[in-house]
Amino acid sequence: MNKRLVYLTPLAIALGLGLILFTAIGKDPTKLETARLNDPIPAFNLASLADESLRFSQKDLVGEVSLLNVWATWCPSCRVEHDYLIKLADEGVKIIGLNYKDERMAALTWLKELGNPYQFTIYDPHGKLGFDLGVYGAPETYVVDQNSVVRYRHVGVVNEQVWKNTLEPLVKKYQASR
Amino acid sequence: MRTPNTAKSAIMFSLFFILVFSLQGSNLMASIDLYEFSSEANELRYKELTKELRCPKCQNQDIADSNAPIAADMRREVHRLLEAGESDRSIVGFMVDRFGEFVSYKPKVKPDTYLLWYGPWVLLFLGVVMIFFMASRRSSSGQGSGQGKNTSEAESAKQAGKSDLEQHKQVEELLSRFKEDD
Repeated sequence: MNKRLVYLTPLAIALGLGLILFTAIGKDPTKLETARLNDPIPAFNLASLADESLRFSQKDLVGEVSLLNVWATWCPSCRVEHDYLIKLADEGVKIIGLNYKDERMAALTWLKELGNPYQFTIYDPHGKLGFDLGVYGAPETYVVDQNSVVRYRHVGVVNEQVWKNTLEPLVKKYQASR
Repeated sequence: MRTPNTAKSAIMFSLFFILVFSLQGSNLMASIDLYEFSSEANELRYKELTKELRCPKCQNQDIADSNAPIAADMRREVHRLLEAGESDRSIVGFMVDRFGEFVSYKPKVKPDTYLLWYGPWVLLFLGVVMIFFMASRRSSSGQGSGQGKNTSEAESAKQAGKSDLEQHKQVEELLSRFKEDD
């Protein structure tokens, strides 16, 4: 009886560990938790990309559910998702750009050549707002509700699958909870 | 056909490249960042903090060790906050607020991290319990066989006591070794 217990203990430990490790299978370790989840967008005061004299603040994100898309011309994945963002904007999704650690001229040329899906773009050359948001790699896309509260963060390219499966349901949900 | 001469020059060429790249590497390392500190204590704290904070982009590197732009930003902020008189705790808190608990190599003790903090101690405790359990079993079985061999009960009890003591010593030795490892 006791002997059995001795032999069963390692098995129990192995099973327990296996269970813990099993829950981690398929998780992408490069995807971090969103520290800002359910917090309002941090306070900022940054210029518009298109117009240096125009300033934006966190208040400009209040009002409607929107996507805040962090992008830069040096970011290849941003180029990949750009066409899809334009498609979403054409369908009436409100997208706000956060141009992250970029050069103004390069960013403006990019928007001119590839099209502009953004209602407006915040110019953040030193990554200040990006840092406060916890951006660790562009592109990142945040679902921001009407009260400018961060409801979700997607790290990586936004494509049809991501939109249909993850972002759209959230946008709809928070639009409904007005 | 490759003549010995071209082979030689190929070797020289690759050696030259190795040399150039190794030099470049050392230059890169040297140009990381230069911060001035108002006190030596601050500089020391900076070194500690940048080793305690983990780079979100290049995981498994601390921010002191990483060349990623985000790590450079974090070092800059650590320096700024240090010079502004913030405590170590509030600086780590500042980073955790932005990048999550992931960013700290010394995560806070809370229900999510109980397994991390207390798990090894629980395992150690279980191990010790197992050792005691097996030791007492062995000594009691020794007693049983002693009876079978017709030795006097007092003698076998003495034997059992002896081996018990030995086991105890062993366990204590193991425990002290664990403590040293800590």
